[in-house]
Amino acid sequence: MAGESQSTVGYIQHHLTNLTYGKLPAGFERLDESGHVHEVLSQDTWTIAHSGAEASAMGFMAIHVDSMLWSIGLGFLFLVIFSRIAKRAHSGVPRGAQNLLEMIIGFIDQTVKDGFHHKNAMIAPMALTIFMWILLMNTMDLVPVDWIPAFMGWVTGNPHFFFKVVPTTDPNVTLGMGFTVFGLMVYFTIAKKGFMGFVKELTLHPFHSPKWYVNILLVPINFALEAISWISKPISLGLRLFGNMYAGEMIFILIATMFGAGLVLGIFAGVLQWAWAVFHILVITLQAFVFMVLTIVYMATAHQIEEEDQFH
Amino acid sequence: MNINLTLIGQSISFLFFVWFSYKFVWGAIRTAMDEREKQIADGLDAADRAGRDLELAQEKATKQLREAKLEASGIIDAANKRASQIVEEAKDVARTEGERLKAAAEAQIEQDVNRAKEQLRSQVAKLALVGAEKVLEASIDESVHKDMVDKLAASL
Repeated sequence: MAGESQSTVGYIQHHLTNLTYGKLPAGFERLDESGHVHEVLSQDTWTIAHSGAEASAMGFMAIHVDSMLWSIGLGFLFLVIFSRIAKRAHSGVPRGAQNLLEMIIGFIDQTVKDGFHHKNAMIAPMALTIFMWILLMNTMDLVPVDWIPAFMGWVTGNPHFFFKVVPTTDPNVTLGMGFTVFGLMVYFTIAKKGFMGFVKELTLHPFHSPKWYVNILLVPINFALEAISWISKPISLGLRLFGNMYAGEMIFILIATMFGAGLVLGIFAGVLQWAWAVFHILVITLQAFVFMVLTIVYMATAHQIEEEDQFH
Repeated sequence: MNINLTLIGQSISFLFFVWFSYKFVWGAIRTAMDEREKQIADGLDAADRAGRDLELAQEKATKQLREAKLEASGIIDAANKRASQIVEEAKDVARTEGERLKAAAEAQIEQDVNRAKEQLRSQVAKLALVGAEKVLEASIDESVHKDMVDKLAASL
């Protein structure tokens, strides 16, 4: 019984570990599967992590190969399909793929126009990229959790080969996008209002007094509040997406552990997986949409110049 | 759950993808869509204009028809008037011609009658003379009684 629960835990952990390529520090003791010291590294080594512990030991100097592969692959898939259709786009009667594309673009254009009233040609393509890319990455969640890892295990000949297929269940991916949005926010704020405008935005809101000596006292308070409000944006953006997708993935994995437990439970698990997948379609689309809308809102805030005057 | 270089990799790919979709996807599709929107708007405008043109043309046509009818009735009136005038004139001409012919015929008749009378008279005179000669058996001298006989003939 203990062994079985151990293997269930192992199964779940296996599914939650990325294929990590990174630098192991010198002196690191690599263990083999039975837990014995297999090799002691004499110098810093770039290698593929064989366990979660090794992946952690790599620290920041590591990269999740599977996340990157799927995220960039899906991004390219989206852009190759879209740009090929875009190249052939004409103003006549739209057919087939062009029709679908125009539907998506029309929908996103409308959303952008509703939320963003400034002049910036980058915002709409960015919203499109965010929506389609996250949608595709999230959709990987609907692929049964064992198919691709098992296939990769078969290809590499190593049944314990780590391979996560849903990039958005990797916080690096979601936070990476969140912080990029944050960087763009800072960039557009400075581009629109100047560096001093950016500093003022951080220090003179929300409390403001016409008397300068009161203002000096208010600056630290304002800065603390504004800094939290700014930094919370990319983190909430990234963690919301990550949390939703990670939880969904986790439930798929938990359901998948039931497949081995007899016929009745297996069928029950199949039904559950189907139901959860159907529900998850909603989550997938909604999360992609939420990420896009929030990005648009943040960009609009970054472009808004008049805000300062509303306080007077 | 390790934060590592993946984060930066994702950032870079994100920026690249945004740039790519700005450069090769959004513009082309949006241009096509805007063009179509313009075409549709133009088409609707043209349809509107065509409808108005049609209305105007119909109005013009009915107006012209009315004018044509008016003109036609005017022409018919004039023609009728002219026709009756011609008839009147013809009647006049015929009447005068008839009268002229009648007068000529009467004159001719009178002339003929006169001529016949003249002939008759001379014949009668001759006949009377012959008859008288026969009756009187030369008792009458032609030279003596000629005046008397002529008088007789003239009285016929």
